[in-house]
Amino acid sequence: MNLTLRVWRQQNAADPGQFVEYGANNISEHMSFLEMLDVVNEDLIRAGQEPIAFDHDCREGICGMCGMVINGVAHGPLQATTTCQLHMRYFKDGDTITIEPWRARAFPIIKDLVVDRSAFDRVIQAGGYISVTTGGTPDGNAIPIPKPDADRAMDAAACIGCGACVAACKNASAMLFVAAKAAHLNTLPQGKVEKDRRVVNMVKAMDREGFGNCTVIGSCEAVCPKEISLDFISQLNRDYLRAFLRAKE
Amino acid sequence: MNILVRAYSSSLGKKYVMAITGLALFVFVIGHMAGNLQIYMGRASINGYAAFLKSKPGLLWTARISLLAIVIMHITAALQLVSENRDARPAKYATGKPVAASYASRTIFISGLVIFAFVIYHLMHFTLGLTNPEFMSLQDPSDPLHHDVYGMMVRGFSNPFVSAFYILAMALLCLHLSHGVASSLQSLGIRNKSNVAAIHRTARIAALVIFLGNISIPIAVLLHWVR
Amino acid sequence: MLTTTTTSLDYRVAVEQLNGQTPKGPLADKWTRYKDHVRLVNPANKRKFDVIVVGSGLAGASAAATLSELGYNVKCFCYQDSPRRAHSIAAQGGINAAKNYRNDGDSVYRLFYDTIKGGDYRSREANVYRLAEVSVNIIDQCVAQGVPFAREYSGYLANRSFGGAQVSRTFYARGQTGQQLLLGAYQALSKQIGLGGVRMFPRTEMLELVVVDGHAKGIVVRDLVTGQISSHAGDAVVLATGGYGNVFFLSTNAKGCNVTATYRAYKRGAFFANPCYTQIHPTCIPQSGDYQSKLTLMSESLRNDGRVWVPRHLGDTRPPNEIPEHDRDYYLERKYPSFGNLSPRDIASRAAKEVCDEGRGVGPGGRGVYLDFRDAINRLGEHVIRERYGNLFEMYERITGENAYRVPMRIYPAVHYTMGGLWVDYDLMSNIPGLFVIGEANFSDHGANRLGASALMQGLADGYFVVPYTIGNYFAGEKPQKPNPGSPEFLAAEDEVATRTRRLLAIQGRRTVTDFHRQLGKIMWEKCGMARNEAGLKEALEAIPALREEFWQNVAVLGDGNDLNQSLEYAGRVADFLEFAELLVFDALHRNESCGGHFREEYQTEDGEALRDDANYSYVAAWEYRGVDERPVLHKEPLEYEEVHFTQRSYK
Ligand SMILES: Cc1cc2nc3c(=O)[nH]c(=O)nc-3n(C[C@H](O)[C@H](O)[C@H](O)COP(=O)(O)OP(=O)(O)OC[C@H]3O[C@@H](n4cnc5c(N)ncnc54)[C@H](O)[C@@H]3O)c2cc1C
Ligand code: HEM
Ligand code: HEM
Ligand code: SF4
Ligand code: F3S
Ligand code: FES
Repeated sequence: MNLTLRVWRQQNAADPGQFVEYGANNISEHMSFLEMLDVVNEDLIRAGQEPIAFDHDCREGICGMCGMVINGVAHGPLQATTTCQLHMRYFKDGDTITIEPWRARAFPIIKDLVVDRSAFDRVIQAGGYISVTTGGTPDGNAIPIPKPDADRAMDAAACIGCGACVAACKNASAMLFVAAKAAHLNTLPQGKVEKDRRVVNMVKAMDREGFGNCTVIGSCEAVCPKEISLDFISQLNRDYLRAFLRAKE
Repeated sequence: MNILVRAYSSSLGKKYVMAITGLALFVFVIGHMAGNLQIYMGRASINGYAAFLKSKPGLLWTARISLLAIVIMHITAALQLVSENRDARPAKYATGKPVAASYASRTIFISGLVIFAFVIYHLMHFTLGLTNPEFMSLQDPSDPLHHDVYGMMVRGFSNPFVSAFYILAMALLCLHLSHGVASSLQSLGIRNKSNVAAIHRTARIAALVIFLGNISIPIAVLLHWVR
Repeated sequence: MLTTTTTSLDYRVAVEQLNGQTPKGPLADKWTRYKDHVRLVNPANKRKFDVIVVGSGLAGASAAATLSELGYNVKCFCYQDSPRRAHSIAAQGGINAAKNYRNDGDSVYRLFYDTIKGGDYRSREANVYRLAEVSVNIIDQCVAQGVPFAREYSGYLANRSFGGAQVSRTFYARGQTGQQLLLGAYQALSKQIGLGGVRMFPRTEMLELVVVDGHAKGIVVRDLVTGQISSHAGDAVVLATGGYGNVFFLSTNAKGCNVTATYRAYKRGAFFANPCYTQIHPTCIPQSGDYQSKLTLMSESLRNDGRVWVPRHLGDTRPPNEIPEHDRDYYLERKYPSFGNLSPRDIASRAAKEVCDEGRGVGPGGRGVYLDFRDAINRLGEHVIRERYGNLFEMYERITGENAYRVPMRIYPAVHYTMGGLWVDYDLMSNIPGLFVIGEANFSDHGANRLGASALMQGLADGYFVVPYTIGNYFAGEKPQKPNPGSPEFLAAEDEVATRTRRLLAIQGRRTVTDFHRQLGKIMWEKCGMARNEAGLKEALEAIPALREEFWQNVAVLGDGNDLNQSLEYAGRVADFLEFAELLVFDALHRNESCGGHFREEYQTEDGEALRDDANYSYVAAWEYRGVDERPVLHKEPLEYEEVHFTQRSYK
C-alpha cells in the first residue's frame, strides 16, 4: 500500500518545529509501524536527508521506549498495543497518517518524535520503591500474600512507563503512571510499611515535574498499552488522603 | 486553616477541596430545589417556608456564609487546577480530540463558569433585588408581614428571556454534575471497579432530577399552571 | 612478553595457561570460605572509591544499587532514556532457584549439575556451583523488593517447570518475569539515586575503556543528546552491557543491544572468551520480509501441546489444513521418538533448518515450519488451549494477523542468547585488574549452552551477591587513587572516539548502516549460525573483512555529531560488529568439535548428535586482541571437574 505521512520534524529543543509530508510507498501490511518508518528513513538517507528520529528498543511492547501520537491517538488506533506492536494491516492504501511526539511540558521534545521522559524516573526516585537493602531478607515464603493481592499488584506493576497516559490526557497528568507504581507497592504487605511516606513523596515529585492534575477524564486508561485501570488512581487518591489526614504537619 | 493551606499546596489536596465543596454544593442544590418545589403547594406554604428561614437569622447567615465560603473554595481550586492544566500542555496536538473523554468531563470548567454567572444573576434577581427592586416589596396578600416569594417567582419567570436563561443554566448544571458527582467520588478514592457503574447511574439520575425539578418551575409559570 | 606456539590455522597460542583463581577446598565450601576470608574495605574508606557501572540491566542495576548501599560512590550508565528499559525487561519465562518449595527433590547440587550438563561441560565448575548456591537468596531479595511473583491460593510462591528440567524450580510473574525482576532492581537503583549514592547517566554510550598502568581506571562516553564526548575516571569499572546477539542482525534482542562496550575493552587488552557459543531459540515468529527489523520469541511452552511438521513432498504449496496426514512429516517425532516435539533447543532448531534447507520450509521465503495445535484442540478442546496459551496466540495474531486456533502457527529458530563474553576469573574480574564483567556480558556460567530461566538468575547473582564481595577483595589491595580525566590516557582515548565519529560522518557514502548490518547478519546466519562447517567459516572469514572495507568507504551517516543522531550511534555499533564478527567466526573455526550451541557439521555422531572432543577442547578459549587485521592470540583456561564427569547428551 502507499501512504502519506505528516511527520513532526524538530531539530532540537530550541527549534520551533513543523510538519513535513513524506510518501511511504509499497508498504507491506505485515510491517510493524516502526518497520514502516524504518523503510521511510532508509529512503530519506539514500536521498541525503536526515532520517526521522524516534525512540524504540525492544520492539516487543515491553520496554516502553517507543511511543508516538498517531492520528491524534497515543500509540495509534489499536487498543492495548504499543506503537512497535502496531501493524500496518490496520491502515488502508491511500491513508494520510499524522505522526506527532508526546506533547507535555514535563516531556520536553529532544528531536523529532523523541521526548525526554526522565521526569518519570525522578518520580520513582522520590519513593517508588521499598526501602530494603541487599541481603538479610527473610525467606520468600515467610510472608504469605493472598493471591488476589498478588494479582492486583501485578496488574499495576505491568506498567511499562511509556508515557502514553500523559500524552493522551487533556491535562497532561501523570496520575495513571504514578498511581500504578504506588498501587503495585502499597498493595503488597512488604510495601504497606512506608505507604504514607511513599505516596506523599511521589505526589510531591509529580507536582514538581509540572504534570497536570487529574480531572477524571479517562483517556489515559483508554490508550494505556497495558490497560492499567483508573481504579489505581482512585486507590492513590485514597492512600494519599489517608496519609494527608495522618500527617503531623 | 493549616490543613487547607496544605491541601492547596498539592494537586491531590486541591482535588479533595474540589470534590468536597462540589458535593456540598450538590447537596445544597438538592435541598434548595426541595424548598422551591413547595411553590406547587401554594403561595402560603412557600412564603411560610421563606418566612421561617428569615425568622432564624443566625441559622440563615451561617448557611449563607458557609455557602459563600464553599463556592469560593470550589472556584479558587477550580481556577488553580485549570490554569495548571493549561500550563501542563503548552503545545496542542494537530489532530484528534481526547480519547474516550465524555463531553461533560471536557466541558466541566465552562459549565461551572456559566453556573457561576447564573448564581450571580440569580442573587441579583431574587435575593438582592438589584434587577427588579419591586420584587423585594411584594407582600403576601393573605399575610402582609410575609415577603411574597411566590409572587416574585411568578413575575420573575413570566419573562420568557429570564426563564430561558434559567433553563439553560440548569441544563449546564445538570451536565456539570453528571460528571462532577462521579468524578468527586473518584477524587476521594471511593470509586472502584465494583461500584463505578452504580455511581455513574446514580450521578446521572440525580443530575437529571435536579434539572427537571428546577426547570419545571419556570415552565409551569410560563404555561400559567402556576399563576 | 608472551611466548606462543603457532598452529595449523596460523594463530598463536599462549604457552602460559589462564588461571580462574578458584578458591581451594571442597566445591560446596568454596564460596563460604571465600566470604569468610575475603579482604574487606573499612566503611570509612568505601566512600573514597568510585565505581563505574556500565549497564542498568539485571546485572548492572543490581550491582550499582548494592555497591552504593555498601558505601561506594557509583556512576551508572545506559544508552536508553531510562535504566528501566534495559533489555532484561524482555525476558518472559522465569527465573530458576534451588528453593525446593515443591519438595520434588531439587537442591543446590541438582541445579548446579543441570547447569553444568546443560552447558555441555564447557563452564567453570566453581562459578556454577556458587550460582546455584546464591540462587535462593535472589528470590528472597526480589520478594522483599515487592516483585509480584505468581502465587498459589495459599499465598505461597508458585513454580513451573521450564526448559525440560525434571524439577519445578522456575519462579515467574505472568509472562513478564524479566520486566518484574528488572523493575525490582530499578527501584533499588532509583532509591540509591534518590539518596545521592548513585549518579545515573541515561542516553550515554560507553565508547572506550581507559586503562592506566595496566588497571581499568575509567571510560570515555558520548552523551547521545548533546553529542558531547567526555571521560569518567574511577577506581574500578564494571561492565554489565549484555550480549552480542545482534551481530546476526536479526535476533530476539532489543535493537540497541551491541558489542561495543565489551569489544572496546577487548581492544584495550581484555580477553574475549568463547565468542562462538551462541544460542538459537527454536520457537520464534518467522521473518515476513526483508524489512524485518527483529524477531519475536514465542514461549517454548507451546511445544508441550503443538506438533511440529512440514509437507512431506517438495513444492507442496497447499494450505496446511488441506494437507492430509500422510503428506505431513512430523520430523521431530520421527527423528527423536522419545523426546519428539520437546527435544532441546539446539536440536529442535537444527532439525528445522535441515527441512528448510531441503526446500520443504513453509511461509514467505520458505523459512518456517508449522507448529500445529489441531490435534491438541481436538483432544482437549479449544478452551483448554486458550487457557494455557491465550496470550501467546493473541501476540501471534497481532504480529502475523493469523488465527492459530484455525491455521497452524509458523515458527523458525532465531538467535536468542550469547554464552560467550569477556573472560573473567572467580572474582568476575577480567585479566585487566579493576575491570569486572557481569551478566550476559561475561563468558558466563552457561558454558556452551544456557538452560532456560538461568540468565536472569546469573545476572542478579552477579550483581546482588557476587561482585559486591569480590570488588572489595580488589580494593583492599589498592589505594583510592583515580587519575584525573585530564591525564594523557584519557585525552588519548577521547581523541580516538572523536576521530572515529568524525570519520564516520565524513564518509558520506551511498549505503545505509542498516544495509551493511543486514548483509553482515546474512553472512553470520548462513555461515556461522545453527550449523557450521570449515568451508563456510572460511568463506565468512573472506567476506567479513571485505564488507568492513566497503563499510568504511561507502556508509552513509547523515547529520552531525553535536546532537541526537541515531544513525551515528548505530554506525558505531555496526562498525564494531564488523570487527567482532570475524573473532566469533574464527573461534568457531578453531573449535574442532560440536558442543552446545556450537555445532560443527564435521563433528557429529552418525545420528546427527553433537560430538564433543573433551580430550582436546575442554578449555575456555580466551582471545587476546593483536590488531584489526591480525589473528588474535589464544589463551586457554583448562576446565577441571572435581565433582561431575563428562557424559554425552542423548535425547533419542
Ligand atoms: C526475548 C528474550 C527472552 C528471554 N527470556 C529469558 C528467560 O525467560 N529467562 C532467563 O533467565 N533469561 C531470559 N533471557 C535472557 C536474559 O533476558 C538476558 O540474558 C539478561 O537479561 C541479560 O541481562 P544483563 O543485565 O546482562 O544485560 P541487559 O539487560 O541486556 O542490559 C544491558 C545494559 O547495558 C547497557 N549498555 C549496553 N551497551 C552499552 C554501551 N555501549 N554504553 C552504555 N550502556 C550500554 C544497556 O543500556 C543496558 O542497560 C531472554 C532474552 C530475550 C532476548
Ligand atoms: C460556580 C462556579 C463553578 C465552577 C467554576 C466550577 C468548576 C468546576 C471544575 C473545573 C470542576 C472539575 C474539577 C475536578 O474534577 O477536579 C468542578 C467539579 C465539580 N463541581 Fe463545580 N464548578 C462551579 C460551580 C459548581 C456548583 C454550583 C456545583 C454544585 C451545584 C459544582 C459541583 C461540582 C462537583 C460535584 C464537581 C466534582 C469535583 C471533582 O471532580 O473532584 N460546581 N467544578
Ligand atoms: C429554577 C431554579 C431555581 C429557582 C426557582 C430558585 C429560586 C430561588 C429563590 C426564589 C430564591 C430567594 C429565596 C428567598 O429570597 O427567600 C433563591 C435564592 C437562592 N438561590 Fe435559587 N433558585 C433556583 C436555582 C438555584 C441554583 C441552581 C442555585 C445554585 C447553584 C441557587 C442558589 C441560590 C442561592 C445561593 C440563593 C440565596 C439564598 C439566600 O441566602 O437567601 N438557586 N433561589
Ligand atoms: S500507565 Fe500505561 S500508559 Fe502510562 S506509562 Fe504506564 S503503561 Fe504507559
Ligand atoms: S486522562 Fe487525565 S484527567 Fe485523569 S483520568 Fe486520566 S489522568
Ligand atoms: S520498543 Fe519497546 S515497547 Fe515499543
